[in-house]
Amino acid sequence: MTRNGEWLEIDGERVVQGLQAAREALDSAHSDVVLDFSAVHRIDPNALRAMEELAGLADGKAVKVVLRGVNVDIYKVLKLVKLTSRFSFLA
Amino acid sequence: MAEIVASLSEERIAYLEGLVSQARTAAAIFTQYTQEDVDRIVKPMVLAGLEQAQYLARLAIEETRLGVVEDKALKNMVATEFVYNYVKDKRTVGTIREFPERGVVEVAEPIGVIFSLTPITNPTSTVLFKCIMAIKTRNAVIFSPHPSAGHCCYEAVRIMYEAAVKHGAPEGVFTCLESHSLQDNAYLMRHKDVGLIDATGGPGMVKAAYSSGKPALGVGPGNTPVYLEKTADLNMAVVDIITSKTFDNGTICASEQTVVIDDEIYDSVLQKFSDLGAHICNEKETELLGRTVIDPKTGYMQPMAVGQKATDIARMVGLSVKPNTKLLIAPIQGVGQGYPLSVEKLFPVLAVYRAKSVNEALTVCVDVNHAGGIGHTASIFSRNDQIIQKFSELMNAGRIIVNSPGSIGALGGVYNDMVPTFSFGCGTGGGNSTTDNVNVYNYLNIKRVARRTQAHMWFRVPNQIYFNMNAVENLRQFASRSTVIITNPAMEQIGHVDTVRRHIPPETLVHVSVIPDAEPEVKVVMQGVEALNFYKADQIIALGGGSVIDAAKIMKLKYESPEADLEELAAPFLDLRKRVVQYPTEKVTQARLIAISTTSGTGSEVTPFAVLLDKEHGRKVTLADYSLSPDVAIVDPQFVMSMPKGLTADTGVDCLTHALEAGVSIFASPYTDSNAMQAIRMVFKFLPIAYEHPQDEEARTMMHNAACIAAIAFSNASVGVNHALAHAFGARFGVAHGRANALMLPHVIAFNAGVPTKFMPSPNQRGYIAHKKYAMVADLLGLGGKTIEEKVKSLVAATERLLDRLAIPRSIAELGISKEEFERAMPELVKIAFDDPSWRSNPRMPLLSELAELFWSAYRGRSLPTVAKASQPQTAEEWSCV
Repeated sequence: MTRNGEWLEIDGERVVQGLQAAREALDSAHSDVVLDFSAVHRIDPNALRAMEELAGLADGKAVKVVLRGVNVDIYKVLKLVKLTSRFSFLA
Repeated sequence: MAEIVASLSEERIAYLEGLVSQARTAAAIFTQYTQEDVDRIVKPMVLAGLEQAQYLARLAIEETRLGVVEDKALKNMVATEFVYNYVKDKRTVGTIREFPERGVVEVAEPIGVIFSLTPITNPTSTVLFKCIMAIKTRNAVIFSPHPSAGHCCYEAVRIMYEAAVKHGAPEGVFTCLESHSLQDNAYLMRHKDVGLIDATGGPGMVKAAYSSGKPALGVGPGNTPVYLEKTADLNMAVVDIITSKTFDNGTICASEQTVVIDDEIYDSVLQKFSDLGAHICNEKETELLGRTVIDPKTGYMQPMAVGQKATDIARMVGLSVKPNTKLLIAPIQGVGQGYPLSVEKLFPVLAVYRAKSVNEALTVCVDVNHAGGIGHTASIFSRNDQIIQKFSELMNAGRIIVNSPGSIGALGGVYNDMVPTFSFGCGTGGGNSTTDNVNVYNYLNIKRVARRTQAHMWFRVPNQIYFNMNAVENLRQFASRSTVIITNPAMEQIGHVDTVRRHIPPETLVHVSVIPDAEPEVKVVMQGVEALNFYKADQIIALGGGSVIDAAKIMKLKYESPEADLEELAAPFLDLRKRVVQYPTEKVTQARLIAISTTSGTGSEVTPFAVLLDKEHGRKVTLADYSLSPDVAIVDPQFVMSMPKGLTADTGVDCLTHALEAGVSIFASPYTDSNAMQAIRMVFKFLPIAYEHPQDEEARTMMHNAACIAAIAFSNASVGVNHALAHAFGARFGVAHGRANALMLPHVIAFNAGVPTKFMPSPNQRGYIAHKKYAMVADLLGLGGKTIEEKVKSLVAATERLLDRLAIPRSIAELGISKEEFERAMPELVKIAFDDPSWRSNPRMPLLSELAELFWSAYRGRSLPTVAKASQPQTAEEWSCV
């Protein structure tokens, strides 16, 4: 994972850790946090839980979490668990 | 739901919500898996189940006290190995089936969260089976075992879950309620995130599942009748029935319940049962048995007897039986009330009935089937295929097992090639949505991806067309014993009949049948048929205009197929290939039909249509079938050289209308286009000459050919809204067909060239192209214009100029029809035009209001209406879309 201000690239092999870092980034964020999912091929239940927590945290801090480069399979997972409305998506 | 929620504590609701949330997450994650991922998980699960088959069987017996450990172990193995054998090569992810010839592909969509209830009778095998199905289909399952089989089921779920997750399944894919109440089940059955209830169990649970309002696979009780027919292999039958009925002490709901035995073999069958370890109860024992193992209040079996050994049941009842007794057999004399043992008995007690006849045997089987077993299973032992067939038709059962054990047979894959299952769909009779042996496909939403297919089209023309001056000489080559010429009085007077006669081979007996010069009535047709029969005609020559040729077509039809019902054959249809009413193919006699046209318009000499006047009902009936097409067409201009100017104009415009409408028809094809375009070109060039210089042989020849060529086009592509309007208007105001067409034509071109309010479904066309095809016509005629809009305008203008030159009235008003009269007629005109089948091939679907507007446009008269704007430029590709 590399960090660039409030732009975080999520490592496909270490999604949960990446999301943990995103939680920390929320603390210093003023408006948006962009998570680049381009390298993420698939997510597991742990990652999904972490994303749910992240969404809750972002709501509390009034910070918008923007997911970039989410593949459509992951998007469908988020849709099925009703998480899409809690994130913004960037192609 | 509110009542259910109120009956549960907050903690309990949180627990249940947690289960659903976990399952929902797992199911969502699972959607990312490929077929290979899934198959990698299933195999080790199956191996784990096989390894623990005996362990789980023992657990089940210890907990439920039902059945036989060896049989339960066997069931666990069937539920894993046999089910795996069935599913291992099945595609359940992504594209699962393809039908390339239909352009259809089936794609799997998982259900998501399945709430699954499992029974006490087959607890672990059912769990193993459902776990394999769920993983294979990427679903998550929340199990709710029967309360008396909770532990063994929990263990079965655990074994499957650990094997699945170890090999990559999402965490939380299976969960199992550890201890639960009916309220828990009710809550989960109604949960918004549960996609399907798969309930295998008692009638109460199945009913609850179906009452939840959720999609459910509810598999409940059966009552399997068995017909042991006298031709059966009795030794095999008796062993099979004992094997089945004693398997796991009769706990499989497909097992035999009442065996109906033919009188002739009854005693010997019972002896064989007895020899192989069954105890045949006497009357008193049967009565005692019935009173003990069946609840007299409910009529259902007593739970204490379910899954018990025959000797234990005998002990319960107080019967004295041999220690190795496998089965208690109770003769009964009827089914239903008063015969308690005629219901389902999930223990080794079997009712038998002596039937005096096949009819009685089948009747009793129907009674048993309807006494709690509808939709489930029925069984027959017989070598008589007719009786097996009759039995299959009579029994309402998802599985009809022939010459094999009912219970193991119904499970599938052992005694037959049915799908292996532990869940039997019982169809609507059993309150189920399926009669399947429930399998992986019942755990999927199957999506059909249907690619656009191009309908097969056709291009049919008469076998032989002879054209140009003196083409009639070709009649010489058609040998005939007896020929009847159908014609009208004018043809005789002009001498055309004699001309024709001169060219018929001299050895042919020739008879002339003169019919009125008007659209044929049934009476006229039948008179003609009488003549054909009288002269035993083997050849018919139709000499005349459209009416005469149409009459001859129908005469030939009735002559060859006297049973043909003209009323029925005129039934409406949308697609010639799918029409409900078929024309007769069997013929009592056959005659060649040669059509010689004497007008240059209808093209009836090559068309498959014939119009009949139904005077009785005051309407015209159109017959359409390629069998009506003449066998030979002779297009000889000598027969039109004397056509009057008015007729030349009207029929010529009719021909132009045929070609233009075929050109823009939704059934147009490159084959019809070539004819349509050529005919249009010929009409624009030669019709004015033929009109102004009737003796111009070239113009007459070209117009006569143009009519035939246009008819070939519309015979295959049909016509359009212009004809629908003209039919209605012409009939109402007595205006000749060609003239009526002419009055509508410019307005219809403009209408079709506009952007449709409603598009006509046309699978063979890519996009709306009518305006482009009109522009193509304008190009062909060299009319000028740069844009499609300009070209269409120039075509409308050229058509108007042509009509002016032919002295066709510019408007309906010019015919002397008052506005008031036309207004009064309008509702009926619109109704008739809309009912006319002609517009069904029009590129633009006309609304009722648009039909009225078209009539009014024609009433007001010719002008240059607005046409559609189209994208530029036209490309060759756009033309290729027909």
